[in-house]
Amino acid sequence: MRRNPPQKPADYLPIAFPAAMLALFFVVPFGIMVAISVFKRVQGGFYEPAFTLDNYARFLTPFFGEVLMFSLALAAIVSVVCLLIGVPFTYLLTRIGRRYQVLWLITLLAVLSLSEVIIGFAWSTLLSRTAGLSNFLVFLSIMDKPEAWTPGFGAVMTGLVYQAFPYTVLVLYPAFSRLDPSLMEAARTLGSSPLRAFWNVVLPIMRKTLLATFIIVFIFALGAYLLPQILGRPQHWTLSVLVTDQAIYQSNMPFAAAMAVFLVLSSLFLVGLSILVSEKKGIGTP
Amino acid sequence: MSGLQLVDITKRYGAVTAVDGISLEIEDGAFVCLLGPSGCGKTTLLRMIAGLEDPSAGDISLQGARINDMPAHKRNLGMVFQSLALFPHLTIGENIAYPLKIRGNSRADCEARVRDLLDMVQLPGIENRSTAQLSGGQRQRVAIARALAVSPQLFLLDEPLSALDAKLREAMQVELRQLQQRLGITTIVVTHDQREAMSMSDKIVVMSNGKVEQMAAPIEAYKKPASPFVADFLGQANLIRVQKAESGAALSGGRVPGLSLGPRNEALISIRPEDVVIKGGGEGPLPADVVFIREMGATVEVHLDAGADRIIALAPPKRDGGLKVGARVSIDLPADACVVFDSREAV
Repeated sequence: MRRNPPQKPADYLPIAFPAAMLALFFVVPFGIMVAISVFKRVQGGFYEPAFTLDNYARFLTPFFGEVLMFSLALAAIVSVVCLLIGVPFTYLLTRIGRRYQVLWLITLLAVLSLSEVIIGFAWSTLLSRTAGLSNFLVFLSIMDKPEAWTPGFGAVMTGLVYQAFPYTVLVLYPAFSRLDPSLMEAARTLGSSPLRAFWNVVLPIMRKTLLATFIIVFIFALGAYLLPQILGRPQHWTLSVLVTDQAIYQSNMPFAAAMAVFLVLSSLFLVGLSILVSEKKGIGTP
Repeated sequence: MSGLQLVDITKRYGAVTAVDGISLEIEDGAFVCLLGPSGCGKTTLLRMIAGLEDPSAGDISLQGARINDMPAHKRNLGMVFQSLALFPHLTIGENIAYPLKIRGNSRADCEARVRDLLDMVQLPGIENRSTAQLSGGQRQRVAIARALAVSPQLFLLDEPLSALDAKLREAMQVELRQLQQRLGITTIVVTHDQREAMSMSDKIVVMSNGKVEQMAAPIEAYKKPASPFVADFLGQANLIRVQKAESGAALSGGRVPGLSLGPRNEALISIRPEDVVIKGGGEGPLPADVVFIREMGATVEVHLDAGADRIIALAPPKRDGGLKVGARVSIDLPADACVVFDSREAV
């Protein structure tokens, strides 16, 4: 059904409530945050109204530059790993019987119901020296003695990938299940081995979905706050952790606000990018 | 041994037998249609020939070599899918060049071959268009060109024309047949459209419930159907139960003189509507009442009740108005136009 674009002010009525909620709980707090981010910190106190870009200038210090780069790189690596596991997984999932598909999807949804805290502590136990998986490998004589895998970069990655993987599959699943299986079969009858056909037919057709999934997981991982603290060392802390650190422990609200504004803007930028990508339809049409 | 040979091919999905012990021989250069109602196993059979499904039992051989275990991408065949399966991320030229690139042909060779193929399907110069810019008939031709790009040993088509409108379908049938004759390529088409099968192929294979009912030249299968199923599926047929009678066979409402039922006491006969002869006047071996008349343009379809049997006749239209509903006529079922089956053979 095609609707007419709104003509009178009254036509906008249905979206008045959501718009009000969005203004009240997002635009207003964000505005306050933007305001605070240009305020001046009072040493030993709180902050006072001013207009200064000093808080933003601090991004340029090597320490915060490093944290920023680390956060972006971590989010990118988590997205890539999720896609590397998620794409073959989802493709194979859509080729099996309907009943098994449902079972797998329910299992993945169940992971979403776990709180981040539980995931964090479960992995910190699983990767610990005293009670972790390495003990099992010792039992299998694969390792000599148990090792502590946490805290560390690998542990942070494991936790984040574990948490983001269900989202990855849920975003990929609809597109893969709509993919006409005869495209793969056609490629095979034309001389492509199944692996090659997956590479030069399925992946190119799916490239928009892959990009959209990358962006969604990237934003998700960029906001990671709890897992880097539970599973990582201070050098593995992300921008979100620093925001908390500055706001609560260092009482530097203006600088914390500046970092938060930066995070929100970069997320919005990526969401905008993904909308732009998904709106370009009709491959090859001018 | 040349050509394609299927020996006792069976395909089971759990408890369901989709293809049930089919043996066939298809000569090189033949145009064969696999014809049957939906669910008869014809597509499954084609997919096994293509290597997209593994047979549960039996052997498939091409030019004397068993190809059961050869994966689809090594079989060197061209297949046109019902959905056409053109790659949406590639241009027309790239679609057709896909099998050539896979085989490592140079860019210049690919481009030259694509041009030849597009000329062959009468769509020159559309290399750079996207698949979304083509009409149904054009997409059809591109799919055919792509399947023939590497001069395959076998050309397989799964309901290739089902998405086209009636007029375009007729035109494509002629074109496909001419193309096949020019290239001399062994071609197997799956269709449920008996007109399509009859008009295109050298041989038709009529299938039902996973079995072959008859393999014959189209006109032979039409004139001498091997079973009541074939008689009914290919065109229209009157299937009538008859008993043995003195010098012929007896229907519920009359007789067919001179029709021999062989050793049978009871039989099922099949006669085509165009072979039924209607005579004026109610006297004769088989009197009947006209109950319905349908003008078809080139012919008139007349429904007649002869005793308990409903018989359909096709006649050329008479200028004077001809028959009227309710008229009493006499009909003649020429013995040489009747095909006799055992009466227990169900349709």
